[in-house]
Amino acid sequence: MLKIKDLHVKLEDEDKQILKGIDLEVPAGEVHAIMGPNGSGKSTLSYVLSGRDGYEVTEGTAHLGEHDLLDMEPEERAAAGLFLAFQYPVEIPGVGNMTFLRTAVNAQRKARGEEELSAGDFLKIVRAKAKDLKIDAEMLKRPVNVGFSGGEKKRNEILQMAMLEPKMCILDETDSGLDVDAMKLVSDGVNALRSPDRGFLVITHYQRLLDHIKPDVVHIMADGRIIKSGGPELALEVETNGYADLLEGAA
Amino acid sequence: MVADPKKNATDERLASLTLPQESGWLGSARQNALARVKATGLPGRRDEYWRYTNPAALVQADPGTTVGTPQADPFDAIEAVVIMVEDDRVTLTEDLPEGLEIMRLSDAGKADIHWARDIYGVLEMRGSGPVPRPLAMLNTAFATDGVVIRATGKIARPVHIRTVGKGDLILHHVVRVEAGASLTLLKSGTSGARANTVTEVDIGEGGALHHLRIQGPDHHRHVNTHVFVRQAAETTFKSFTLSANGQMTRNEAVIELTGDNAVSTTACAAFGKGDFHHDDTVFVTHDAVNCQSRQVFKKVLRDGATGVFQGKILVKEGAQKTDGYQISQALLLDDDSQFLAKPELEIYADDVACSHGSTTGAIDETALFYLRSRGVPKRVATDLLVLSFLAEAVEEIEDDGLREHVGACLADWLSQG
Repeated sequence: MLKIKDLHVKLEDEDKQILKGIDLEVPAGEVHAIMGPNGSGKSTLSYVLSGRDGYEVTEGTAHLGEHDLLDMEPEERAAAGLFLAFQYPVEIPGVGNMTFLRTAVNAQRKARGEEELSAGDFLKIVRAKAKDLKIDAEMLKRPVNVGFSGGEKKRNEILQMAMLEPKMCILDETDSGLDVDAMKLVSDGVNALRSPDRGFLVITHYQRLLDHIKPDVVHIMADGRIIKSGGPELALEVETNGYADLLEGAA
Repeated sequence: MVADPKKNATDERLASLTLPQESGWLGSARQNALARVKATGLPGRRDEYWRYTNPAALVQADPGTTVGTPQADPFDAIEAVVIMVEDDRVTLTEDLPEGLEIMRLSDAGKADIHWARDIYGVLEMRGSGPVPRPLAMLNTAFATDGVVIRATGKIARPVHIRTVGKGDLILHHVVRVEAGASLTLLKSGTSGARANTVTEVDIGEGGALHHLRIQGPDHHRHVNTHVFVRQAAETTFKSFTLSANGQMTRNEAVIELTGDNAVSTTACAAFGKGDFHHDDTVFVTHDAVNCQSRQVFKKVLRDGATGVFQGKILVKEGAQKTDGYQISQALLLDDDSQFLAKPELEIYADDVACSHGSTTGAIDETALFYLRSRGVPKRVATDLLVLSFLAEAVEEIEDDGLREHVGACLADWLSQG
């Protein structure tokens, strides 16, 4: 599904190398977690894959199925099936959540040559999916993320994910700012979307989220490289010993 | 003798116009205004009040040529009392709700005694100090016609003045909202070659006027408008303008709060590209206790468009407990566009709360990326962020139905580029 080869990335405006050769493969149906200390390049990886400005790829490739991601606009990557759940979802005053969702769903359908959803069909689907995430009609009507609590914003991200039905989901520190109940709700939402033809890349600092969203593979990232990969037990090791041992082992 | 370009331009323009021959109160008001405009002279490039907008196109004797055809009217879907103005031909409707009187200005001028006499040219003259407004004086003198409206009750159905201009249009409307009455006034249409419109609004105690104007995507538009408002105690005046495209638009609002506890809001959402030039000039005078005034002006400019905002709040001595708020903001979609803002406060009372702010900014790249990462193409995402930016002004429209209507109109025009 997602294939990253020898990816080197620097900041566009600065001579600062952030990613120093990432190799990663997430097959369909699997959940991979990336853990690592602050500044290791985890968020940069998610931004580069989804096409945010400000980064320059100096070497390497990234493919989603047949698609050469690095050669595409952000909206093309989305239509091809990539989804990034933001660490800090953006507030957009004056644009209704529903309008935003419908615009996004139909833009992707149009880009893929599919028929757009009618207002009625869209409403039916969004209501059903919103209900599972305990998102009420009021939240759907409000401007995008405006006045939402931290938990509501993250649930709104998962609702978008559920509506857009991507092939590959990247979750960038989705657990940040969530209390225990919210984390459970968000995780349930993600788990409901797990399927044999969908891959997940879950970026997190802490093992806690991985109690809820059980990964198949855990990667440890440090200083722009993946220094260790293993099973779910690797996350537990981090939880107990911190990153220090792993970093020393890599050095 | 040194040539005086300002005087020459004034003389030339006045010579190109014919003063309507009217006796009675309207004739006198015209003569009075003519004397004032002669003494003041029409605006010139060097006038401080026209520092950011070149008045030449609005002043010169030649109005230019009419281009384009009138589009479908944006207020067509709103059930209203429709008054058609085609150049100087005003067509009234017989079907009026109770408590509403509407006449042609030219007919009102024929009456020996008419309520409009106490307003026509009177509010304009009051509003011409301390800053002279010679284009409004010119209008008072030479207006070819206009609509005279009086509300004596709470009128549910809006009055819609729909103008289809062809030549050099000079229109002067007078609105009187009697004590306790209320009215919604809609305006739309095309300017023709050029339009100069004055609306004088007098609101009696406890009365309310909602003024909603759409200046549609009429690229050729060369228009200057003045709205003069006098508010008695406990009154409400709410004005919103949607302005799209148009080469030259100068909208002036001159508001005087003369009675206690009055509320006055003016808002505008404007967007345009290329040779778009949009100027909002507002002057609010607080001359009573515990009044609120609010101005919300938002402009989106691209491909070299220019936006201007001049806004002044004057709080006179004794106008205690004044609550004044003013914000003017521009969203520039490229480096070629510019926004020129001159917000001013002048306060002679010591127990007031006045704030004003002005900002100029570019599109929020993070928000743009957020939308695009959801599959929304860049152009559509930009439009959504433009809507988001303008929403704060649109939200000033009180009526839910009209607000949604204007929002839909705005979205529609944006999607057409």
